[in-house]
Amino acid sequence: MSGEIVKSLVVPAHPHPVLCPEKNEGWQRIRDAYDEARRQIEETDADLIIVYSTLWPSIIGHQIQADPNPEWVMVDADFHDLGSIPYSLQIDTEFAHAWNAANKARGLESRTVAYHGFPIDVGSVVALELLNPGNRIPAVICSTNVYSNRAETTVLAKACMDVVKAQGKKAVAVSVMSLSNRMFTEPIEPHEDRIHSLKDDEWNRKILEFLSEGRLEDIGQLSRTIHDQIRVKKVVAFKPMWWLSAMNDNRNDLTGEVLAYEAIHGAGAAVVVLDPESNGTGDKEYDEDDVEFYGGDRNVLDVEEGDDHGVALHDPTTGDTSFNTDKAPKPVGAYPHARKEGNLLYLSGVGPRQPGDNSIPGGPIRDSDGNSLEYDIKAQTRAVIENVSRILEEAGSSLDKVIDVTSFLVDMDRDFAGYNEVWAETLGKVGPTRTTLAIRALPTPIAVELKVIARA
Amino acid sequence: MAKGSIVAGCLAPHPPHLVYADNPPQNEPESEGGWEQLRWGYDRLRESLSKVDYDVIVILSPHWQTYVGTHFIGLPHCTSKSVDPIFPNLFRFDYDIEIDVDLARAIHDQAKSDGMSVKMMENPDFRVDYGTIVSCHMLRPEWDKPIVSISSNRGMHYYSPEVMQEMMLELGRATSKAIEASGKRCLLVASNSLSHRHFTTETNPPEDMSKEHITSHAMHLWDMRMIELMRAGKSQQILDEMPEFCEQAISEADGGAFSWILSAMGIPEEPAILHGYGTIIGTGNAVIEWPCHEWGDD
Ligand SMILES: [Fe+2]
Repeated sequence: MSGEIVKSLVVPAHPHPVLCPEKNEGWQRIRDAYDEARRQIEETDADLIIVYSTLWPSIIGHQIQADPNPEWVMVDADFHDLGSIPYSLQIDTEFAHAWNAANKARGLESRTVAYHGFPIDVGSVVALELLNPGNRIPAVICSTNVYSNRAETTVLAKACMDVVKAQGKKAVAVSVMSLSNRMFTEPIEPHEDRIHSLKDDEWNRKILEFLSEGRLEDIGQLSRTIHDQIRVKKVVAFKPMWWLSAMNDNRNDLTGEVLAYEAIHGAGAAVVVLDPESNGTGDKEYDEDDVEFYGGDRNVLDVEEGDDHGVALHDPTTGDTSFNTDKAPKPVGAYPHARKEGNLLYLSGVGPRQPGDNSIPGGPIRDSDGNSLEYDIKAQTRAVIENVSRILEEAGSSLDKVIDVTSFLVDMDRDFAGYNEVWAETLGKVGPTRTTLAIRALPTPIAVELKVIARA
Repeated sequence: MAKGSIVAGCLAPHPPHLVYADNPPQNEPESEGGWEQLRWGYDRLRESLSKVDYDVIVILSPHWQTYVGTHFIGLPHCTSKSVDPIFPNLFRFDYDIEIDVDLARAIHDQAKSDGMSVKMMENPDFRVDYGTIVSCHMLRPEWDKPIVSISSNRGMHYYSPEVMQEMMLELGRATSKAIEASGKRCLLVASNSLSHRHFTTETNPPEDMSKEHITSHAMHLWDMRMIELMRAGKSQQILDEMPEFCEQAISEADGGAFSWILSAMGIPEEPAILHGYGTIIGTGNAVIEWPCHEWGDD
């Protein structure tokens, strides 16, 4: 499977094109351009829309929406008098969780959010309402960290692309943003709308000239200058172009088309579509660092994350009949997560460690000095079974096809009852044969590991 | 009708961590406490305010951010669920709030006739911002007083800290005039932190107080300076230093609430009472009271 970005979009955030396009010819042209962009997406085989919204600020790293069906009614903080936009979105939660793990693997602080009533930001609501009515394609939404700069934003996009490729997605990348974001500070009549100032207009046209030539990376590198010139400083920088450029391999030779450029209450609103086909001009040079991993130090709280528990971790080995997933913990030696032989899948021993940060649900059984710690065997057992389930799913199988299990416990007396209880709620209902052994230790500070054979 | 008055002013910071740590029935997440220094500060503020008679809470929160002027909630009753978009793990709160629409409109009208850009918010689907909810809950968990909710016009981001402050001084004067004409006794609330640089990681659990401290020494110095000025009644000096404070301490006073409240109280020379200080995910927060009702009428 090879995933890719099939289209990239720059779209405006204000609610006018949804709520009242008819009140102003320019707003109507933005709405028409949005509709045209939607038609262009429908002509592709896209199976995912990825939204990076500058209107959802975050502080604890980046946040990724992972509620399968966020529903509520959106009201704009400024333009509440135009009306409300009810929304009911469909989120690709599997992608959201994988992106979150990929962020952590590349050194970023990241988390998913899934809470009933979460206020989806106006930009994401407007973009998905117009580009993806009826949730034709599942979406994923990411916040803008208020402190993040170019390196973090670039790595965020690369982590996203890791998952697009791993999952074989045909994805549409959407930056929801104004160009110049200076609005009129007074209410205006719709017919009075225009770009706030000549300078803003000139900069907007310059940005659109670059985008129409497909020069995404050049715009990315002008990001700080643009921010200084035409942005009200809501966030620390003009970030979405860094993100969009990195989603496109920092290229400068995309095929760009500006579908509309108008004012919305003074701000610069544009709908731009960028196709991955080279426009034939040859890639132009660029000179800023291409960052692969975020090594910046924002961990001032000194949280111990990504602890390897004193054991070297390996990438799983690959082979024709091997299956591996970044949704299961990294191996502690040179072996794959699973192998297929005939109709059977043989899994390597699986513990409760979490993919990405290597944390142990229920807590580790000892600290780095070897002192015993209190831990929750039921939480560990549940985490093991979730890891088994993810590996099976990666290999096209599932938990209900498990036929034989060997379980290893490091403390049979303490843990058998709890382990057995979780077993009864999960694999006990599937009915595989089972053997449970007491052993002296496992390589990482965990209490339980399962060795599984399943039907492919 | 007797003249209305501001019976007290408060600096009442609103990080959702405070409500989370308090575990009220309206909030869904549960905690093992945390940030006690600040929550005990709020206890002392509540105790002090329990001796004061007032009709309405007038609050300006930086988390209803508007660019097209200053807005006022114009619905008599607001009930819904508020989920903090930044800390949704800590704050998912069912609220039920009475709004004093008459007073809100009176301040709106006064500000308008004084030349400011203002707007009433009357969309029934609108959700009250979490800053307003947290400050009001910590001040008065009984929720038995109506409030006036004022948005934060982002003048500092749009123009500069100096322009923001001019606009907020003007809004403060309009607020004071409208309150006087209303005949109501009002509690004024500026809902903001002092220094406002956050950590970008969160401990597990978030209430692990062994990891809580100010983000830097410079932030601490700014916080202490502002607290000392308030305790010394040097409001004018605070206003003079506000642009530097906003820029150097990345202060949440950038939302205008601090300048607004000092202006509405007439830039008091009387000392403020410090009820508590503490940091929340690195930001500096003070619970402060200006006991205007004790100052006499001049
Ligand atoms: Fe805040």
